[in-house]
Amino acid sequence: MKVVLRNPRREVEVAGNRRVKEVLRELDIIPESVLVIRGDDLVTADQVVRDDDVIELRPVMSGGRDAVGAQG
Amino acid sequence: MKCRKCGQGAVLELRRHNAAFCAPDFLEFFRNQVREAIRRHRMFTRDEPVLVAVSGGKDSLALWDVLIDDGYRTTGLYLDLGIFEYSQESKAKCEAFAAHRGVPLVVSTVAEEVGAPVPVIKDVTRRPPCSGCGLSKRYLMNRAALDRAMPVVATGHNLDDEAATLFGSVMHWQTDALSRQSPALPSSHPRLVRRVKPLYRLSERETAAYAFLRRIDYIVEECPFAKGATSIAHKEILNRMEDASPGAKHNFLFGFLDKARVAFERTESVALNECARCGQVTTGTVCAFCKLSDQVKRAVR
Repeated sequence: MKVVLRNPRREVEVAGNRRVKEVLRELDIIPESVLVIRGDDLVTADQVVRDDDVIELRPVMSGGRDAVGAQG
Repeated sequence: MKCRKCGQGAVLELRRHNAAFCAPDFLEFFRNQVREAIRRHRMFTRDEPVLVAVSGGKDSLALWDVLIDDGYRTTGLYLDLGIFEYSQESKAKCEAFAAHRGVPLVVSTVAEEVGAPVPVIKDVTRRPPCSGCGLSKRYLMNRAALDRAMPVVATGHNLDDEAATLFGSVMHWQTDALSRQSPALPSSHPRLVRRVKPLYRLSERETAAYAFLRRIDYIVEECPFAKGATSIAHKEILNRMEDASPGAKHNFLFGFLDKARVAFERTESVALNECARCGQVTTGTVCAFCKLSDQVKRAVR
């Protein structure tokens, strides 16, 4: 199956017919750090993805330095 | 996995809440967390106009979306940092969102206000890009609100942002920063508006899921200068801890806010003056923004 990764955008092939959490473990990706997207849907970690599926692992992290400091 | 509320198929698991939700019930959960944040910290009332600082990313557009749907009077503020294609694309996302929702958007350009865009400021000051960028953002957000007689600026800082900031402050025991860290900073001077973070109860995975499920077109690419930023490293560490122990980030931040923050509150108040040049608030005579602007204008002249 095809997995689309971002930042930078790239694609990798991994074995399908297993749970999302197993795919994430193989790619060493923490579930908390991505959305798992198949088509127009979000997929939970316990769902099985098939060999002909395409899933996107979209990182959810953003930001640089936080804007907490004082004025002036 | 089934939705905790309705028993239908779930689209998102929230391990820290030991729950999973279908799309409609997750969106309602999300909105309720924002409402709870606003209520608990008295961030703003329905009568007050709210300036929402938007970057084109998932957090700020998700925040704006919730506030519009809940009937608040909002104006978006986009700060054009001049960071190459990243800024062009993020500005286009904000403009498209504002047009689609029929809400006003104000654009302020750092290059016009400071004298040069963020990449040049970085070179001139020889400081990390986030330094001049953060300073300019805080200043311009406050001024944009004051100019429009708006009492409050809302930003899209989420639970991960706040936990990472707290982690960084604790690692260096920056007690000043700890005393200031709060979901709502009240106005401490007539020329300082209130600053609030209505998403502080929601993780960035939750804001990303909200934006995705609401079909909000946001910029997924991160700022090119964020790579290698300490806050990103801290977020990764915290996510490892969260993976091993769901709720770790929440407990860290909320434990601080509920139990520890009070210990760092300043006993003496800092004297605030008005900048001799621009009139905005400073602890000195001339504010840091005016000094930065002078430095940049001298260098690019």
